[in-house]
Formats: sequence, structure tokens, C-alpha cells
Amino acid sequence: MEQLELFFKSIFIDNMVFATFLGMCSYLAVSKKVKTAVGLGAAVIFVLAVTVPLNWLLDQYILRDGALVWLGPEYAQYDLSFLSFILFIATIATMVQLVEIVVEKFSPSLYNSLGIFLPLIAVNCAILGGSLFMQSREIETLGLALNYGISSGIGWFLAILAIAAIREKIRYSNVPGPLRGLGITFIITGLMAIGFMSFGGMLTTSGENEEATSETTVSKTEGINKEKNESTQIVEVSTIKY
Amino acid sequence: MGLLSKKDAKLITDPLSDDNPITIQVLGICSALAITAELEASIVMAVSVMFVLGVGNVVISLMRNIIPSKIRIIVQLIVVATLVIIVDLVLKAFAYELSKTLSVFVGLIITNCIIMGRFEAFALANGPWRSFLDGIGNSLGYGLILILVGFFRELLGSGTLLGYKVLGDPIELTGLYAFGYENNGFMLLSPMALIIVGLIIWVQRARNPSLIEDE
Repeated sequence: MEQLELFFKSIFIDNMVFATFLGMCSYLAVSKKVKTAVGLGAAVIFVLAVTVPLNWLLDQYILRDGALVWLGPEYAQYDLSFLSFILFIATIATMVQLVEIVVEKFSPSLYNSLGIFLPLIAVNCAILGGSLFMQSREIETLGLALNYGISSGIGWFLAILAIAAIREKIRYSNVPGPLRGLGITFIITGLMAIGFMSFGGMLTTSGENEEATSETTVSKTEGINKEKNESTQIVEVSTIKY
Repeated sequence: MGLLSKKDAKLITDPLSDDNPITIQVLGICSALAITAELEASIVMAVSVMFVLGVGNVVISLMRNIIPSKIRIIVQLIVVATLVIIVDLVLKAFAYELSKTLSVFVGLIITNCIIMGRFEAFALANGPWRSFLDGIGNSLGYGLILILVGFFRELLGSGTLLGYKVLGDPIELTGLYAFGYENNGFMLLSPMALIIVGLIIWVQRARNPSLIEDE
């Protein structure tokens, strides 16, 4: 239950792109075509699913206040949390490198589709952000950390997929010159973020039963489709005006 | 600018307008949007980035001949991470409240694309003094947008600037509020940051048509 709640919460309510603006740079740069967007999105899910649990272990057993107690009682007073930035980013950079090597070795076809995106990912704020939010939200178990990594990756994937689809369509619209490209992408993302805010009220009580959650998921998926249409419509309307 | 040659001065002035890191190079968006609900946080963020980028550019530029190109990303990340830890600890020591507001976004300076972008594009190929100027120039350009967005969001959203009630008091109905003006709470929510940056881009490109993209 807790797992399910975290899952939907990190996909929709705390969506990385729309609620916290993580990974905006690659979100804007790689969203011109749906195909490349899917590739990057998949790579992000993958890397988040690996790094968040790893960093959770680091945080739990090395970094946090008193975490070194497993070495012996005299280590209990150490608090290494000031090192978390450097350790997290080192983990991420090495993991990305490692994932790249492993994928290249075992699945050349996957490597060809993800290949160019993997190095990009080491400096994607969404990845480090995932680990830092995991730390600041005090996620309790390894399972939840894994869940958090995967689901926030899925949230990011959905966001980049949606914007890429809209950008492919918008190419045929008559956007005013100065807004063309970057400007209109910003404004669409803003509108989509407003749409995603409406998910905010969905998981307010923690004691929901199974049925209620499955209902909300259905309405959520509908919501996304609807919202996609809406934002394209808004854009179309605004272009007619000019 | 007696101190700087014309070429060096360009390094500082270019990123302020025609080569702005946020609106033209599309770098460093994440932090620009998330923390701009208050002007004070925007200014602190701009100063932190200026420190990290200025110093980091110099360090990378000094090391540019000894970094093996294969592992340069990791080296760069370590340099940035060290500098960001300094910023984080200083903020926690002297401005605890603010560091709570900025929360993880101080840490996210590490992956702020402006920093890696400038390292890759400039510091790896230029001497320390020019890299320093480039770092300062780009962080000024970044700060300019941050402060602009923060200014509008705080002014329209809560009617204050840096915490001072510049539009009057909403409860005692003084100043503008006497005429029935109300704060637009929507400005404080995250989506408006995106829309404001979009509008800034619009204004900038309308003034300088050569920047318009043809997609």
C-alpha cells in the first residue's frame, strides 16, 4: 500500500519536471522528436532505478548521523552528511559509466538506441535530484527507495514524451516568430504543469483502500490524455489569434 | 573598462544579452525556475552560482592540460561538488532559513548545466583569467534572469520585495490594497516561473530578431 502510494505520488503529484523542474535542460534539448525523447526517457528510468537505491545504501550506512555505528560503537558520533553531494555525484558518474560498458557488452541494440544519451545523463539534474530528494524526504526502506527511483523516472519519461509529441505537432502551427522554438516550449510546459497540479488533491489521506487507488489511476491516465489534448488546443487557439 | 581589453569585456557583456545562458544557450533552467518565488532566494542562488562558476572555471582552466580527456567529466564533477559543499556549509552557517528554502537546489548547482557547459565550452580551452571573466559573465547573465523572474513573482504574488511590503498592507488595506487590489497567489506556484521565462524569451527575441529560431 505504502509502495503504491509512493509510486503514484512520485509519478503524478511530485512529477520531477512539472513540480520540481528537475532535468529541464535535457528535457528542453532532446524533446524535438518523439523517438529520441523515448530513448532518453528510458535511459533516465534505468539510471534512476540503479542510482537511487545505491545512494540510499550509502546514505544509510555511511553518511547520515551515526550511520557508521555498524563499524563499532566508537564510530557512533560521526556525521558525514556534508560529504553526500560529492559521494552521490561520484556514484552517479561511475554508475553511468558502468551501465554504459555493461549495456554495450551485453545488448548492442539497446546500446545503439540509448548510447548517445548515457553520458548526457551523468549531468542530468533529475538523477542527482532523485538522490537528494530521496535523502531529504527520508525514505525508509531499500524497497521504497527502488520504487522512488523507478517511479520518478517514469514521471520524467511521461513528461518528455508528452512535450515531444506536442512539439512535433506544433511545427505545423503558425507560432509568432519570437516565441518559436524555446519560448513556446516553456509556455506549453507551464500549462502542462498547471494541469499536473490538479493531481495534487488525489493522495491526501494515507489510509486509502485498494479500490480507491485503482479508481484514481484510471482517472489519472484519462487526465493525461485529456490534458495533452487541452494543451495542444490552447496552443492552436492562441496561434489563431495572432 | 580601462582594466579589461575590448575582447575581455565582451566575455562579460555577451552573456548578459545576446548569449544569455538561460534564454539563448538553454542551460541551467532547473534551478532558475524552482527557487524564484522570492527575490531573496534568487539573489542568493545567483551569488552562489557566481562563486562556483567563477572559481570552478579558474580551477578547471589551470588543470586543463593535465586532465585526461576520457575522465574529464568525473574530474569536473568533483571540482564542482567540492565548491558546492563550501557554498552549502556557508549558507547553513550564516543563513540557515534561506538554506532551508533552497533545500536540495543548492546541491543541484552541481548538475547545473551552465557550469558543466562553461567548463566544456570555455575553461578547457582558455587561460585562467579569461575563464574567470567568462564564468563571471555567464553567472551574471544567469543571475539577471533569476532576479527578473524572482522580482515579478514576488511582487505580483505576495506584494512584497525582499520581504518589504512595497504595495501596502493587505490586512490593514493600505496602499494599493485600499483600491481593491489583490495578490495573485498563482504567481507563487511553480508553473508561472515557466511562463514568465517564456515571456522574457519572447520580449528578448522580439527586440532582436536575429535570435529567432526557425524550426
